[in-house]
Amino acid sequence: MSDIESATESAIGKSPPRLEAAEKAAGTAIYSGDMELPGMLHAALLTSPYSHARILSYDVSAALALPGVKAVVTAEDISGGYIGLVCKDEKALAHGKVRYIGEPVAAVAARDEATARLAARLIEVEYEELPAATTVEQAMAEGAPVLHEDFADYTKIYQAPENEGNLLARAEAVMGRGVDGFDEADVIVEGTYEVGAQYHAYMEPVSVLAAFGPDGRVTVWSSTQSIFRTQANIHEGLGIPMGKIRCVAPRIGGGFGAKAEASGQLVTVMLAKKAGMPVRLVLTRDEDMTSMRARHPGTLRVKTGAKADGTLVAREMEVWLDAGAYADDSPAVMNLVLFYARGSYSIPHVRALGHAVYTNKLRLGAFRGFGNPQASFAAESQLDEIAEKLGIDPIELRIKNAIKAGEQWLGGQRITSCALVESLEKVRDASDWTRRREAAPGRKRGLGVAAMTHTSAFLSSGAIVRLQGDGSIILNVGAVDIGQGSDTALSQMCAAALGLDIEQVSFATPDTDSAPYNYGTNASRVTYTVGQAVHRAAMQVRAQLLEHAAAMLECSEGQLELRPGGRIGVDVEPPRNAEVSFADIAGRSLWAVGGPITGSGSYIPNDPPDPEHTKMTGFLGLDALSVLTFGAQVVEVEVDEVTGAVEVIEAWCAHDVGRAINPGAVESQIHGGFVQGQGYALCEEMLWEDGRLVNPSFMDYKFPGTLDTPDKIHAIILETPEKSHPFHVKGVGEPPLVGAAPAINNALSAATGLRLKQIPLTPERVLRGLLEKG
Amino acid sequence: MINITLKVNGEERALSLPATRTLLAALRNDMKLTGSKNACNQGVCGACTVLLDGVPVNACLVLAANVAGREIVTIEGLGEGGKLSPMQQAFVDAGAIQCGFCMSGMIVSATAFLAENPKPSRKEIRQALSGNLCRCSGYVRVIDAVELAAGRSGA
Repeated sequence: MSDIESATESAIGKSPPRLEAAEKAAGTAIYSGDMELPGMLHAALLTSPYSHARILSYDVSAALALPGVKAVVTAEDISGGYIGLVCKDEKALAHGKVRYIGEPVAAVAARDEATARLAARLIEVEYEELPAATTVEQAMAEGAPVLHEDFADYTKIYQAPENEGNLLARAEAVMGRGVDGFDEADVIVEGTYEVGAQYHAYMEPVSVLAAFGPDGRVTVWSSTQSIFRTQANIHEGLGIPMGKIRCVAPRIGGGFGAKAEASGQLVTVMLAKKAGMPVRLVLTRDEDMTSMRARHPGTLRVKTGAKADGTLVAREMEVWLDAGAYADDSPAVMNLVLFYARGSYSIPHVRALGHAVYTNKLRLGAFRGFGNPQASFAAESQLDEIAEKLGIDPIELRIKNAIKAGEQWLGGQRITSCALVESLEKVRDASDWTRRREAAPGRKRGLGVAAMTHTSAFLSSGAIVRLQGDGSIILNVGAVDIGQGSDTALSQMCAAALGLDIEQVSFATPDTDSAPYNYGTNASRVTYTVGQAVHRAAMQVRAQLLEHAAAMLECSEGQLELRPGGRIGVDVEPPRNAEVSFADIAGRSLWAVGGPITGSGSYIPNDPPDPEHTKMTGFLGLDALSVLTFGAQVVEVEVDEVTGAVEVIEAWCAHDVGRAINPGAVESQIHGGFVQGQGYALCEEMLWEDGRLVNPSFMDYKFPGTLDTPDKIHAIILETPEKSHPFHVKGVGEPPLVGAAPAINNALSAATGLRLKQIPLTPERVLRGLLEKG
Repeated sequence: MINITLKVNGEERALSLPATRTLLAALRNDMKLTGSKNACNQGVCGACTVLLDGVPVNACLVLAANVAGREIVTIEGLGEGGKLSPMQQAFVDAGAIQCGFCMSGMIVSATAFLAENPKPSRKEIRQALSGNLCRCSGYVRVIDAVELAAGRSGA
């Protein structure tokens, strides 16, 4: 089998159109909200008008009396327990108390949507309003109202604070001599940075269709990033055995983290059960914005020490994240802020301390970058302050301190491959970094840089590869493509392992009835982690194919060669050239010998932290987290000195992806990730007043459009093979977003001399800064 | 309820619907044409863009009853004989499509724009698509796609 490399070249490193691109262009792609079933009812929610209140009673009689109404559910109908990935503190509907404005309290299923909405308004809920804590400061104040009186009783998978009011999680990591390391510094810079709440703004609002079959099993089609987390949440939250829950993912209109855990699925299943009919829930945009998730706002105090020659010696970071009303992923996000607190540098002494605090507002959760954007905005901004103080070029400073392969990350994990220095050199050269740019009168131009590191292997995945009678392949992994292109990339890997063209591999719709477990589409993990499982499953199929072929061609397996396009041949002395097709082999297996040819693969990274290297307390286990990916970005901005508006002119984004399975899709991730990061940096912020979200619409919550974004976003792909992966890949979903905010902030500073420590860098903030600076 | 006839993608459809029903709701719920998407329901994002007598409009801001008898074309009506239209094909070939939820409206807007301006600059394309929001692409490949379609039609 010497020819596999050439056989695989047909499928990998190329950018065929995505498997589902044509149906999406045609408008025929089916998303959850497009689906209908006979007799289907429409759902509507009643949400909380209070930030914090006790629920005293419900009166649903008027709602039920409305013609067309088939079911009303409240917390009294919940048959299960608490849900939550790391801390089980939430139920399918508010129960006992409401904890934020917009929290679903009750729901209605009716013949049509208008009737359902009308009926929801007829539900009477009697509340006793309670004092609310809508900010971290209020929630941590002496005598603050406590959101979760039963916090101590909740099931958690981390060491949680005890008797500390609204403190949901606290974690600390210390490396080297910790804060004592600052005694080695000649220069110390300290500052406090603030980051805003960013809304995911996936174009498809949350949609769910649930239907019970005559066998008592429920099928749930929903916009989700994980059919298996959806299934687990329904199981835990409603007490339905897992085997009775089938979750399916049709096309998904973006997720960016918010659709990873439960959303509207549980209440839709409750309604479908009570009504005995299929029910569809489609959130309006304002419902989605007020009841789903957003990126954690927070405050980060950062201190960095360096020697006069620019060698970084110590870093301290103290983080306070606003977690909102329910834990969701907050403890994990806070842990990951600390994980990235040291930045991409060989800083020997580090102390990182993090907190996540319950407040009476929307839960904050997973969002592309998962804590890294917050850490990187603060730390990478501060690095430029040090560079300025020392008179060292910001890229030189980064290269001088860049972490390298073989070194240990915070936590002790060893870096397997690393093209950080190359990334920095690439963006420096491509952007012509030292060249001064002219700006129009009244405007100033500048370049800024940021480096970033992110994970790309996390938790478990499986794959099943089946040979069909005609010699083609069905690939079934249960991983959901939320738009990033994983269906295509995974199919390319499967095709490569078997020497096939991508057209010979069909991708199975993610369905918990048939797919092997997959944690979900998050953490930039799918290409790496599911790719491992795909390879293992495909190799099992290959082994069976060879066994059959050896028997059919009457030779030894060692004499066989896998030929492109689904053939196995023998070419030996004395001259004998013969081959069999995968279809021939499938026929033999199905009708004569061996039985159906199926391969299955499972994978989970296991890379435990090293307690000798980093002392960690309050963390979730990081064992199933592995493989870091590196990159650097340079951004050119132009600042309007009259309006304070910051315009991104051009961006250079170099990302080491190990190997690009589908370079076109990698570039698209870089373009889209950078622009989402640009929005985080410049214009996007959810704003609450006394717990009420004041901008719950695309009219009032602005994210970048065609006129706000640069035409030139140079996606630079670096390929340093990641040897731990059969196809040498790493993830790229999140890193392109991570660098944007600090690079833009550093560019603003280079252009104007103004150093801001709060994002978004709105025109108001920039203008105020420029006026104050004089 | 009022009775109207809507002419959509060349086909006349008799409908009975409330006077308050939007064109988007009529397309999606009454006519089962689900290609047009509801993402903001307030005319900001463009995901529901359809052609009304050749002019792109946000179907979520149009009342169905007000457009009876007029020529409506949705994403489903752009291609012919089961084949993608040149603009749809250009979006596929340029790799512009990620999650796809904004793409129906984006492609409809781009189609109308190119009919008006067959040789646009990239800046003009950006201007024309400024009413269509996309959260995945960063717009680079979207502009590429329209440029590709323009180049092909000129060839």
